[in-house]
Amino acid sequence: MPQTLAVQSHQAVCLITLQRPQALNALSTELLAELANELERCNHDDTIRAVVLTGSRKAFAAGADLNEMAERDLVGMLNDPRQAHWQRITGFAKPLIAAVNGYALGGGCELAMHADILIAGEDAQFGQPEINLGIMPGAGGTQRLLRAVGKSLAMQMVLSGEPISARRAMEAGLVSEITPPELTVERALQIASTIANKAPLAVRLAKEALLKAQDLDLASGLRFERNAFTLLAGTADRNEGIRAFQEKRPARFNGQ
Amino acid sequence: MTFEHILFSIEDGVARLSLNRPEQLNSFNTQMHEEVRQALKTVRQSGEARVLLLTAEGRGFCAGQDLGDRNVAPGAAVPDLGESIERFYNPLIRTLRELPMPVICAVNGVAAGAGANIPLACDLVLAARSASFIQAFCKIGLIPDSAGTWALPRLVGMARAKALALLGDRLSAEQAVEWGLIYRCVDDADLRDEALKLARHLATQPTYGLALIKRSLHASLDNTFEQQLTLERDLQRLAGRSEDYREGVSAFMAKRTPVFKGC
Repeated sequence: MPQTLAVQSHQAVCLITLQRPQALNALSTELLAELANELERCNHDDTIRAVVLTGSRKAFAAGADLNEMAERDLVGMLNDPRQAHWQRITGFAKPLIAAVNGYALGGGCELAMHADILIAGEDAQFGQPEINLGIMPGAGGTQRLLRAVGKSLAMQMVLSGEPISARRAMEAGLVSEITPPELTVERALQIASTIANKAPLAVRLAKEALLKAQDLDLASGLRFERNAFTLLAGTADRNEGIRAFQEKRPARFNGQ
Repeated sequence: MTFEHILFSIEDGVARLSLNRPEQLNSFNTQMHEEVRQALKTVRQSGEARVLLLTAEGRGFCAGQDLGDRNVAPGAAVPDLGESIERFYNPLIRTLRELPMPVICAVNGVAAGAGANIPLACDLVLAARSASFIQAFCKIGLIPDSAGTWALPRLVGMARAKALALLGDRLSAEQAVEWGLIYRCVDDADLRDEALKLARHLATQPTYGLALIKRSLHASLDNTFEQQLTLERDLQRLAGRSEDYREGVSAFMAKRTPVFKGC
């Protein structure tokens, strides 16, 4: 059993809740490892089709574990086991939805940006305050943030260390919806279950194609999209989806 | 908890906060700011209050900032007014607006400067017939603060907002009601009783539901139609989970008077 997470299943959706309340869900190495393990488990579990990741009402995650970080010197950093955990989280192939309440700072903001869809409570705050400690973001904060909010705001956040509000985050495109904090998880679960009812292979390839758009040039991205699109022509779910539409009934996808 | 510049009590769900520097027309100095902040914190955190009644002692309501408290003598270093707004007025206005319960303001006399705008951050404003509102800022080279420039055009329209803010003329309580700036105007002798009656009524109502109403009305000023429909859905979902909603429905079905707990 993971110590730093609570895991619950809601039919085809898995809800993972970060649980280190005493440390505002600071991302200790243990927590990162457990999260990566849990996501890998979900990846291999055919009954799970989407994952919602959340923290507490007060904090999604308030950053990395500073005590741990202080202990690592240059060589320690080079051998940092956390990098491998981050890569496993990045590699999660199913839709990942973050329900963010309260603080999403530093590593917490970076973790939220690993999600495919971000839903925020009205009082959520996003920020990369690493600069205040004489360091900088180290888990994608300078890369994913810029892609999400554009250069000027990303520079302002990373260089000044000052957080932005949920509303600002939505205007900038970092999050897709704002809800009252009491409903953030519920809304994320709704979206996850909507997605869980779609054809899993189509969802997986669509997610991959969208992520390619951030990394590849347009021509390569379009080529990837077309190949993925063609691949789906060979699936049973595609035939079912089209037939159900023609017959005006809900589709029943089985992931084949 | 003893206060020097305000009166404060919570009784039967009614929190009463009265500005109490009558000789200075209840103008704000640093200590009064601190005391108001402390009292509002208690209102928010004690769990006892279900309505806040804000008023003042003496013949005036509030003359805004105590200018004697700001060093603006010729030749002296220019004070950073932004700093004092960031530190005192903006948090006060935010707190009044976001307090999860109805906030009644009883304006007992002249309300000038920030003192004219503090009532506008409250939910229900009653004024004595002899009270008046003066956006005095323009007369000393300043702009209306404490959310005055935000509230005025929304309450009375841009044309009247500009006249009030640019001319700094005295607006009578009756005219303020007619313009939609405040809710009601009553005879001076009745203000205290009327305000208290309203407060006592609200203290028995479904406070959580009222807080959600307040929240949705505030949000409507910034939201698009579609955003507001979504918000109504979300907040109704929350309201529907409250104990008071159950009580309201069951009292209605049983044809009895509901007893609301505020949650």
